[in-house]
Amino acid sequence: MGFFVEVLIGGLMAGVLYSLVALGFVLIFKASGVFNFAQGAMVLFAALTFVRLIDILKDTFAPIMLSLLITIALMVVLAMAVERLVLRPMVNQPGISLFMATLGIAYFLDGFGQTLWGSDIYTLDIGIPKEPLMLLETVFEGGVLVASEDLIATVVAGLLVVVLAIFFQRTRVGRALRAVADDHQAAQSIGIPLNYIWVVVWTVAGLVALVAGIIWGSKLGVQFSLSLIALKALPVLILGGFESVLGAIIGGLIIGAGEKLSEIYLGPYVGGGIEYWFAYMLALFFLLFRPQGLFGEVHIDRV
Amino acid sequence: MAGDRRIGETILRLDDICLSFGGVNALSNISIDVKEHEILAIIGPNGAGKSSLLNVINGVYHPSSGSVTYKGQTRNQMRPHDAATQGIARTFQNIALFKGMSVLNNIMTGRTLKMKAGFFWQCLHLGKARNEEIEHRKKVEEIIDFLQIQSIRKTPVGRLPYGLQKRVELGRALAAEPEILLLDEPMAGMNIEEKEDMSRFILDVNDEFGTTIVLIEHDMGVVMDLSDRVVVLDYGKKIGDGTPDEVRNNQEVIDAYLGVAH
Amino acid sequence: MFYRETGQFKTSYQADQAIFPIRQDRIFILIWLLIGFAVIPLVASEYAFRAILIPVTIMGLAALGLNILVGYCGQVSLGTGAFMAVGAYAAYNFMIRVPELNPLFCFVLGGLTATGVGILFGIPSLRIKGFYLAVATLALQFFTDWAFSRIGWFTNYTPSGSIAVQPVEVFGFAFNTPLRKYFLCLTILSIFALVAKNIVRGRIGRAWMATRDMDVAAEIIGIRPMYAKLSAFAVSSFFIGIAGALWAYIYLGSWEPLAFDINVSFSVLFMVIIGGLGSIVGGLMGAAFITLLPLMLNQLPSAMGFEISTALIKHLEIMIFGALIIFFLAVEPLGFARLWQIAKEKLRLWPFPH
Repeated sequence: MGFFVEVLIGGLMAGVLYSLVALGFVLIFKASGVFNFAQGAMVLFAALTFVRLIDILKDTFAPIMLSLLITIALMVVLAMAVERLVLRPMVNQPGISLFMATLGIAYFLDGFGQTLWGSDIYTLDIGIPKEPLMLLETVFEGGVLVASEDLIATVVAGLLVVVLAIFFQRTRVGRALRAVADDHQAAQSIGIPLNYIWVVVWTVAGLVALVAGIIWGSKLGVQFSLSLIALKALPVLILGGFESVLGAIIGGLIIGAGEKLSEIYLGPYVGGGIEYWFAYMLALFFLLFRPQGLFGEVHIDRV
Repeated sequence: MAGDRRIGETILRLDDICLSFGGVNALSNISIDVKEHEILAIIGPNGAGKSSLLNVINGVYHPSSGSVTYKGQTRNQMRPHDAATQGIARTFQNIALFKGMSVLNNIMTGRTLKMKAGFFWQCLHLGKARNEEIEHRKKVEEIIDFLQIQSIRKTPVGRLPYGLQKRVELGRALAAEPEILLLDEPMAGMNIEEKEDMSRFILDVNDEFGTTIVLIEHDMGVVMDLSDRVVVLDYGKKIGDGTPDEVRNNQEVIDAYLGVAH
Repeated sequence: MFYRETGQFKTSYQADQAIFPIRQDRIFILIWLLIGFAVIPLVASEYAFRAILIPVTIMGLAALGLNILVGYCGQVSLGTGAFMAVGAYAAYNFMIRVPELNPLFCFVLGGLTATGVGILFGIPSLRIKGFYLAVATLALQFFTDWAFSRIGWFTNYTPSGSIAVQPVEVFGFAFNTPLRKYFLCLTILSIFALVAKNIVRGRIGRAWMATRDMDVAAEIIGIRPMYAKLSAFAVSSFFIGIAGALWAYIYLGSWEPLAFDINVSFSVLFMVIIGGLGSIVGGLMGAAFITLLPLMLNQLPSAMGFEISTALIKHLEIMIFGALIIFFLAVEPLGFARLWQIAKEKLRLWPFPH
């Protein structure tokens, strides 16, 4: 039992990280209807920039804070560039074309980041403690082993979600964002500046990517494979629904837990490695019963 | 049968149809008879459930209770595909043409159910498949002539003005050679001239092919001129049914349209 | 002037419904066939066959297949690599397990296996749409990646999981030189392009396009959505499956487990979008462009006299590739096919526009 709970918790923690990436997707999809495949590349780019800047600035008084600020500034610039060079020229184009364009952004960022910063594996150490913690020793025999970095990640992710929720529900920009998400043209016609909103959304998505990148990076090292966690976040999205922040969180938890549990308990029977596709099959299976995802909006076809 | 304008027996009967979305009753206990060869108009204020009624007839919506009897067969619900096979065609309030296809191809899709050539011959586009294309093309050209849209037959419909799109949509419905034609606001957003053209087409279809027509329309002048019978809906209930003159003098209908002090 | 329809009167519907109703188009296609079958074989170098012509023809076939699904039927798929893998591994297994079969027949069987898988994975499309479907097709991609690298039976238990194929020999005639391989691929591509063109201009093609443009209306005029979508999945995956078998046998010769991964899916999708959704000739142009682009980017630095490390070249390459994709989508979202159409319209009057 203790082992089961340990696997479960490990899975849920991994799920939190998937949720973080999925969150970036959801933000952009909600506000611009763009299926942003570049979210993973943004995670890699942000983490690479951050880790390399720390190295460059290591002789200054506060390398981590300085690199963080510069990286944030870079993500803002990136958001502006995306708006200017991709979204604005492609306004009113079908979703599939915009999706392809974000694939282009993903390729560009992967290439650009590695050209600029190199493509080795960089260790990121910003002082997150790594010692495993023993929890619930009184409940189960032997207790449950949990990595403390995972715990911190969970807390950070939780905070991030709260901040985003406040931002969306309580601020003027947040309200404008929701209006844009509902109907681009209507929002524009009442004077909401679409271009500005896009920059805001992509910036927020970039910051979420940075947080995800820092957490993943300090866990696994900053390397190209960070770009591929976007692929892990996709089933989270179809499970949770493309438009739901809550869905991204819960979907991530389900996928994370399901993946780890299936690998441990099912994997040995089929030769292992089912982590690779399990999340997708799970999501696909869900879709057959709830085509709009767990928390997605039902669109009624009117004729 | 063609050209027979005499109104015949009941061809389609709706019995006690109820339909609700969430808690809203879109239709409650609607019973309507549609007779062969007649032009039946459904009128009523916005949100009265007119389009929902058409959607029930050709199976887009499934009523929560009640039955549809068509050509002697009673069922609780139609499926859109079954409705099409049995000769029910329709047009839509917001044009539902295939925007990426030419006028010709749009109308050709209307003949899908009449085309039989197998997959193999279609791959080769020879033999049966080719003969069939040509044979149906002839029929489609007749419709194009009838609707006077010869000059635009190769134009993608997305590029056409609204009035012409409505006409093409009528053409697509006619291509199926339907027994019942459901028209959802065929004249919405048209100018007088276009309305006159469209009225002419509707009367001609009814006259020449003997097609039964059920139409929704807001323009009372058009409704009173065209239709043999008028059904009035309000808040999902039927409040009037009769000849244009009867309906015009029905107190309940007047109240619904002009409002009444409660 | 060069592309003028004036004076070409069609007196029968048959003439109007011919595959290329305009004379210039007929001449043009003949010229292309002549170039493909006669001129190129005479002038092309061995390198050109191996690095450009063979991959372009095979990927052209795959793009053709994907275009049927995405461009004509409107169902976005990111599982092209998976369908190619199914075609390739199925052909391989038929060939080693039933050695007396004709290799070309095995390719067809590979295509048919892909068709079966395509229909199976097309079933979700009846319930889900748009990007949900696109992500769902990724499920197939990751599943086949895993299955072909982990399940030994598919690779005939080769220890490394990589496969080296038997030479392709049909009735004693071996397709062992680049020229012969090229002829084989080009012939297959031409036949399939013709078949695709025939299907899309008939009843089935119209049913696909109607489903793409407005599925509710399509159903109401009597097109079964299930039939339209699954037939598009079937035809598309057949094409892609055959392309996969050719890619494995004719182009690669031997391949590692991840030769058909998600990057293959993306590049075929790029070909279709950049070439032009819903255009057969566009897909072929897209295939040529996407195959040639990395080659040119690779040659460019050395041609200009730079010496750069291979890793850097690789990174620069994907960066420029990404930028070009964005550029093309922003400038001409309808792809090469649209540019080609505009060119034709210009040529009607050129060089005397007034």
